[in-house]
Amino acid sequence: MAERSQIRKPAPEKQAPRTEEATAPGQGGEIKAELDDLLDEIDEVLEANAEDFVKSYIQKGGE
Amino acid sequence: MAIPKTLGIETEYGIAHRGADEPNPIAASSLLINAYLARCNHVADSGSGPVGWDFIDESPGNDARGFTPAGAMAPEVETHLVNAVLTNGARYYVDHAHPELSGPECADARTAVVYDRAAELIAQASMNAARALLPDGEDIVLYKNNSDGKGNSYGCHENYLVDRSTPFSRIATWATAHFVTRQIYTGAGKVGSEAPGVRLDDVAYQLTQRADFFEEEIGLETTLKRPIVNTRDEPHADAAKYRRLHVIVGDANMSQTATFLKVGTTAIVLALVEDDALPRELRFAAPVAALRQVSRDLTLSEPLRLDDGRTITALEVQWELLGCCRKYVEANGAANTGGDAAYEVLDRWEAVLAGLEDDPMELAHQLDWVAKYRLLNAYRGRHGLEWASDRLRAMAIQYHDLRPERSLAGRVGLERIVDDAEAARAVSDPPPDTRAFFRGRCLQSFASDVVAANWDSIVFDAGADTLRRVPMMEPMRGTRDHVGTLFDDCTSVAELLRRLGA
Repeated sequence: MAERSQIRKPAPEKQAPRTEEATAPGQGGEIKAELDDLLDEIDEVLEANAEDFVKSYIQKGGE
Repeated sequence: MAIPKTLGIETEYGIAHRGADEPNPIAASSLLINAYLARCNHVADSGSGPVGWDFIDESPGNDARGFTPAGAMAPEVETHLVNAVLTNGARYYVDHAHPELSGPECADARTAVVYDRAAELIAQASMNAARALLPDGEDIVLYKNNSDGKGNSYGCHENYLVDRSTPFSRIATWATAHFVTRQIYTGAGKVGSEAPGVRLDDVAYQLTQRADFFEEEIGLETTLKRPIVNTRDEPHADAAKYRRLHVIVGDANMSQTATFLKVGTTAIVLALVEDDALPRELRFAAPVAALRQVSRDLTLSEPLRLDDGRTITALEVQWELLGCCRKYVEANGAANTGGDAAYEVLDRWEAVLAGLEDDPMELAHQLDWVAKYRLLNAYRGRHGLEWASDRLRAMAIQYHDLRPERSLAGRVGLERIVDDAEAARAVSDPPPDTRAFFRGRCLQSFASDVVAANWDSIVFDAGADTLRRVPMMEPMRGTRDHVGTLFDDCTSVAELLRRLGA
């Protein structure tokens, strides 16, 4: 493991992160199914009026 | 040998007073914290009120470089707002217009995650306590994020104990290299851009909440012209021996893996800096531009320009740092970098870099920016939305909602490093292995005799004519091993002070 981490990794050409459609079956398939379930139920917990919510979420700078 | 990397996390929460006609964030923050203190005081003698903060040693205007540049604004210490010390050793107070919880000093990254999760539980208890006081239809809600999406930012700061003899310029060089590139796993994810001169929708999605708000490489300020390396020199400890590196560049994380890696990797890197164990200097040609470039590069493959003309990617910098850190720990052990937790940091660090290199989406259960991206991107696809749509911007805020029934981060299956039973104990009990143990135990047992406390001292009223101040200038003393039996044996503060020889 130590050996591996000391090797400078080549930077492969990369695209933006793959979307779920491009995810291979296997673990990816399970993750996609879990995501579909989440999307099916998520509307129940989302802020009812997104526009008002975004508009009213105003913070003062901190630190 | 580098000194042990005592560390801590301070978080300012976003706050919304919903249902109020004219919401005032300062009043809401005060109400929230006072409601918590009134309801959830974990002290033995319930008759005593909350113990206040002692400001005597606050000097946030001191600059680690030994001078203060003309025109720099030193932060003001606000002393008039609610400000309390908790029995777990934390400070809970109103900072500017936000509730802030500064966690206790921790000896390792895993303990820091326990207290970061405890802070979320305290925030939840505070919201519930406030709800009981507010009229029907009103609610105070906290968000663990760092921006409102409209150009206003608030921080999640980290603190690391560093040997005073380490040249600050060497700390600044390596801290910059690490902070610019660790964003690939510490980012909490953001829809759009808030950088000056950039339209919100010029950037669809970026890795971090904070990169847009940084304009300087190094400096004293925290609220404007924010620097990547903050030079506040206020050690809250023996200033002849210690510095406290005050890190303001990070995101607040919902993911425990991200929090664990954020503080764990930084602590080890700083130990290497102290022992001058990094083989070469690594300087970006334009660090502020590089910070933003990394944050906006979802491919993690853009070359960053170094000042010697060569280029390197953020992932390559992180592989190099990991390699150096593993070699250092294998050669020196981990006694000064967090013990067992340091080995876990190295293993998780390697696994996360490998995952990021292979396909970041593999890390949807580990990293905030990936989890949020995946959720929002899927919702966007299903409903045919633009990234800058109100619906996705609302979801991006709601990801950080600390109400369990509303939090989107709580629904995306993020892996946990600590269980909630352990975090629940940390709501009331201090960590055993730093001076926070002494602070917390004094409050648990003798709150009515504690006049005030701060990071490096406690003032007692032991019944004599004068108040007695007990200094705690050594962050690793006052642990359970040092003083635990005193609290088992002593039945009064006078006896405690006598046994301490104070």
